[in-house]
Amino acid sequence: MTGVRVAGVGLTHFGSHPERTGRDLFAEAALNAREDAGVPLEDVEQLNVGNFAGSLLEGQGHTAPLLAEAAGLDCPATRYEEACASAGVAVREAVRTVRSGEADVVLAGGMERMTNNDTPETTEALAIAADELYEIRAGVTFPGAYALMATAYAEAFGVDEDTLKTDLANVASKNHDNALPNEYAQYQREISVEQALDAPPVAEPLGLFDCCPVTDGASAVVLVSEEYAAANELSADVAVVGTGQGTDRMALQDREYLARTPAADDAAAMAYDDAGIDAADVDLAEVHDCFTIAEVLAIESLGFYEPGEGLGAARRGETRADGDLPINLSGGLKAKGHPVGATGGSQIAEMTRLLRGDHPNSDAVADAEVGVTHNAGGTVASAVVHVLEVAE
Amino acid sequence: MSDAGFDEWLHAFAADEGYYVECENGHGHLPPRRVCPDCGSTEFAEEPLPETGTVAAVTTVHVPAPSFQADAPYDTVVAEFGAVRLTGVVDAEPGAVEIGDAVEPDVGASETTGDDVLVLRPL
Ligand SMILES: [Zn+2]
Repeated sequence: MTGVRVAGVGLTHFGSHPERTGRDLFAEAALNAREDAGVPLEDVEQLNVGNFAGSLLEGQGHTAPLLAEAAGLDCPATRYEEACASAGVAVREAVRTVRSGEADVVLAGGMERMTNNDTPETTEALAIAADELYEIRAGVTFPGAYALMATAYAEAFGVDEDTLKTDLANVASKNHDNALPNEYAQYQREISVEQALDAPPVAEPLGLFDCCPVTDGASAVVLVSEEYAAANELSADVAVVGTGQGTDRMALQDREYLARTPAADDAAAMAYDDAGIDAADVDLAEVHDCFTIAEVLAIESLGFYEPGEGLGAARRGETRADGDLPINLSGGLKAKGHPVGATGGSQIAEMTRLLRGDHPNSDAVADAEVGVTHNAGGTVASAVVHVLEVAE
Repeated sequence: MSDAGFDEWLHAFAADEGYYVECENGHGHLPPRRVCPDCGSTEFAEEPLPETGTVAAVTTVHVPAPSFQADAPYDTVVAEFGAVRLTGVVDAEPGAVEIGDAVEPDVGASETTGDDVLVLRPL
């Protein structure tokens, strides 16, 4: 099995770009990634692209050949759809392809165009990540599902409502702070804990600032074999050393736990085993904070905190940029933005920049060697975890 | 368009004959179900659902999907009914139920679309 290196990463600005087509967004990210990698077009042997709801939001299915063409690629191309974990799965399958020796160079990433729709349409499109019969027809929205998890969490661990809301507001405030210098982020502005607490309710106990925004954007990473990187004298000092994936029951009501995310536990265990590390080895993580409570559940599933103890991590400062274990130095989905089908690839791109030292927040993790990404689909019926390391 | 298995299950609540399906090893699920995801069993029998359940999680939805636009704000809850949990819209003022409250299931209608909806009514 050959090792996998990240040769280059590319992103579009994450934000409101309603006039830009999905094909244009992805073409920009892919161009940026190829330029960063210094890999010629003809060497790309495969395209793995994530996209969640283009069929609804852009009226466009059969996404992969369209995006291959947009990126100038002439190679096998496949779209992966696993809700918000679509690009995470696309990257994971690219890692497995390179490791197997099937290809030396795979371009992986994702794209979502969302703000060309109004809020009700977008809410409806996002809800299809839930169980149509048993959740959507019972009025469950995406924020509503995470709100249910938040109330179940508070009940399971004896947390009062004020503490719950305040601790979650600290997650939002932290991630906005992290996004401040990130030129790709949708919201490069601070919000205070008080502002977050005063925001209008979306699905109680979650308010507007507990929710990630609706975002247009694309991500791309060029993954290459160690041998290809060496033979072509590429600057590719970040390696993907672990990959894992987990699955849970689709509907919250059918899960063993309402306040935990075992699919992410499974994905983390698989990825850590693959990388030969454990949770204590991790220096920083990019996690799927589609809602503030999701970051709490993520850092517990990743083994950084026992169940019930992750809630106060941001308030205590432990997961802030100057804390022991910085979480979401990119700004996370909350402040960097969440173009659903692009997010898993964006996490790999941001982690690579953080570890290479060319991210505006790299100084916060100057000695870091091991970073983890956590990408979740729906209410974590799907989860993908990757371990990235600075190569020797 | 009907959804075989689900529609019969939902409408049984209107006759106070709510049920779930149980595999031969006692794992409870909701239909349609051919294989038990807990044990792989393919033998199922319908079992009567307890008449009341207990709220395990609750949210008040202020920003709904278009199909619930006229219903908002409304409460959605997940409630424990013995071997299974149910998710439904609360048939009461928003904020009226808390975790631990008892609820009973029934068939109601979305104020927006008129479609049948599983409602859970506080006792
Ligand atoms: Zn069974």
